[in-house]
Amino acid sequence: MDMNGGQALVRALECEGVEVVFGLPGGAILPVYDPIIESPIRHILVRHEQGAGHMAEGYAHATGRPGVAMITSGPGATNGVTPLCDAYMDSVPLVCITGQVPYAAIGTDAFQECDTTGITLSVTKHNFLVTEAQDIPRIIHEAFHIATTGRPGPVLVDIPKDIVDPRNPRSAMTWYEPTDDIMELPGYRPVIVGDPDLVRAAADLICRAERPVIYAGGGILKARAAAELRALAELIDVPVVTTLMARGCFPDSHELCLGMPGMHGNYTAVTAMQRSDLLIALGSRFDDRVTGRLDGFAPDAKVIHVDIDAAELGKVRAPDVAIRGDCKLVIADLLEALQACGGVDAQADRRAWRSQISGWQERHPLVYEQSEPGEFLKPQYVLEVLRDSTPDDTIVTSGVGQHQMWASQYWRFDHPYTWINSGGLGTMGFSLPAAIGAKVGMPDRMVWAVDGDGCFQMTAQELVTASMERIPIKVALFNNAYLGMVRQWQEMFYDERYSEVYLSYDVPDYVKWAEAMGCVAMRVEAPEEVAPAIAKANEIDDRPVVLEFRSARGENVYPMVPAGQSNSDIVVDPSQR
Amino acid sequence: MNSSVDAGASDHGHRFHTIVTTVENKPGVLARVAGLFARRGFNIESLAVAPTADERFSRITFTVDVASSPLEQVVKQLDKLINVVEISELSPTESVERELMLVTVEATGRRRHELLELVDDFRAYVLDADGSHMMLSLAARPSRLDDFEERLRSFGIVQLQRTGRVALPSLEA
Ligand SMILES: Cc1ncc(C[n+]2csc(CCOP(=O)(O)OP(=O)(O)O)c2C)c(N)n1
Ligand SMILES: [Mg+2]
Repeated sequence: MDMNGGQALVRALECEGVEVVFGLPGGAILPVYDPIIESPIRHILVRHEQGAGHMAEGYAHATGRPGVAMITSGPGATNGVTPLCDAYMDSVPLVCITGQVPYAAIGTDAFQECDTTGITLSVTKHNFLVTEAQDIPRIIHEAFHIATTGRPGPVLVDIPKDIVDPRNPRSAMTWYEPTDDIMELPGYRPVIVGDPDLVRAAADLICRAERPVIYAGGGILKARAAAELRALAELIDVPVVTTLMARGCFPDSHELCLGMPGMHGNYTAVTAMQRSDLLIALGSRFDDRVTGRLDGFAPDAKVIHVDIDAAELGKVRAPDVAIRGDCKLVIADLLEALQACGGVDAQADRRAWRSQISGWQERHPLVYEQSEPGEFLKPQYVLEVLRDSTPDDTIVTSGVGQHQMWASQYWRFDHPYTWINSGGLGTMGFSLPAAIGAKVGMPDRMVWAVDGDGCFQMTAQELVTASMERIPIKVALFNNAYLGMVRQWQEMFYDERYSEVYLSYDVPDYVKWAEAMGCVAMRVEAPEEVAPAIAKANEIDDRPVVLEFRSARGENVYPMVPAGQSNSDIVVDPSQR
Repeated sequence: MNSSVDAGASDHGHRFHTIVTTVENKPGVLARVAGLFARRGFNIESLAVAPTADERFSRITFTVDVASSPLEQVVKQLDKLINVVEISELSPTESVERELMLVTVEATGRRRHELLELVDDFRAYVLDADGSHMMLSLAARPSRLDDFEERLRSFGIVQLQRTGRVALPSLEA
């Protein structure tokens, strides 16, 4: 069938099962926007291309399917760089289609030309510059294949205008079905099955360990291995820490769950890793926010490291057993190997370890002091009320800062894919568009965006998108008048010399602003107003809602491992010192 | 993505490492490879690129001056590049390395004869000559090129270009 490149592109997206595209048109991508009108694919018109990228990420996090963003050349493409980098750091499957100036004009400083593939080279898993219309179905298929297999990640496809513009003869092409056997990727062969000898060696280490901890990372979620992880933890009766990227992959309500480790992790999770004699790292990457000062990290621990990406094995901490493979398959193999060597009866005696852990849990629970009458709200309190007044499969997205750490600490995640945040890049402004994307992908679930006042101001305009597209997300905006996390560092490490961190409680007026963007908005100032306001918000299902929580500005996140220090020097809440 | 460089294998104490990669013969591939070194501030000492017998692929041979453990990480990252088909590190003891040098030197009067003797000694070639200069070529082990270059200095080197080394594994490595 004869087609033009623009039609072929839209058709190719349909063939990949794409149901929604987040984007914003412009000159170079115009010809692709024409056939979109006829396509069953839903297009969501964003107010800023960064929003399109984060929406696609939120969609991918929530559904497990690749998110798709479509933006124009030049400034459109550069606005898309942040979400691409974000997706790269957090291994989010994303396909980003960018318009480009006509092929012959590339390199001439043409209007809205930028070197999109050059700029995005280091923030994508791979990128393509398509030069012939005939290649479009194949390259789109390759892009989705690369984005979703192995270690997932963002793939960008840059499309010169002439090959999609029906008025240009270079756009003529003959359609063909994009199938696996037309792919031309001789260098791409992701390894997914673990080496059985290494799996046996891992099982052996596990049986003998007296103080083991499972260190579960985002890879568990990417591999959709939550059930296998649970079976493993229960078989060997070993506690599990879930990193910031892995919250929800193992239920917080499970007695083996120790919660989040790391810089703002809870005392028990941090200390259990620190004192462990065996870390079973599954899809985690020994991020500096987890390890603290590396030479003081888990000094007595042997390490089993399972990751689909060979470059993670030994990158930070030399493993004793390194298994390259998909977590779902490797854990299943590990379960078999453990059964074969005696299952639960072959495990070392870990009673002392368990009682040590419960001692820490008793002595160092997460704590905060309720606000005095007349004071602003404690964010921890608001989060507890929010948690207790929403369904337990509610999807929570977060921005970056103190509110993010409290959300991760105080929420109880009992289902995978209910926590969506920017872990690796730490992108302020992520929460709101990510929530929109998640809600589009999971329309029947309640979606709450937890956000800070600083973060909110970076991508708030996407509430217009949500209103116009009738995407009823809910926003819990923690207005503490500060770039709170930075304020905390200045308080603790810069002698309380506050430099450029004050924002203001009153400007902007968040309620008026949200209303102007088509939302229902309420300001909440006292503890007794919190639950009623949330109840009201939960009832609204035809437009976005913003609850502005006036929050105590001096509040600090504890525990904390100061940057560059050992996890053994964890600073607990003042009341526990 | 077949990596034959695994933990420890690259740690043979040599300062210079020769990495050989087979890549897809496509635009932009060299930039991807070079970019992984550039972003870490590693300098590529020498580089040679040309299509293999199969035109769909090129071989890139490069020499880098890096300690072994960061190199191992870069090699793994290189292996992750979609366009990189194969990658290995060649140790000098288990491979054959060659490099080509073109050099124009001053060659006047009495020294002209001396120069021709040197050319014979090294099994180099004279490619071009006029009354006062000669252009020579030598293809040999890189260290031999170093020696030749050293010996030519006293004649006066006018211009010199080396290709960077290429390498293949020895037959009985
Ligand atoms: C785009 C971006 N710029 C700067 C930072 C550095 N940063 C990290 S947290 C933070 C403060 C965030 O403020 P707010 O959204 O009000 O959250 P809070 O910490 O007050 O809860 C800043 C500026 C960042 N992470 N991202
Ligand atoms: Mg704030």
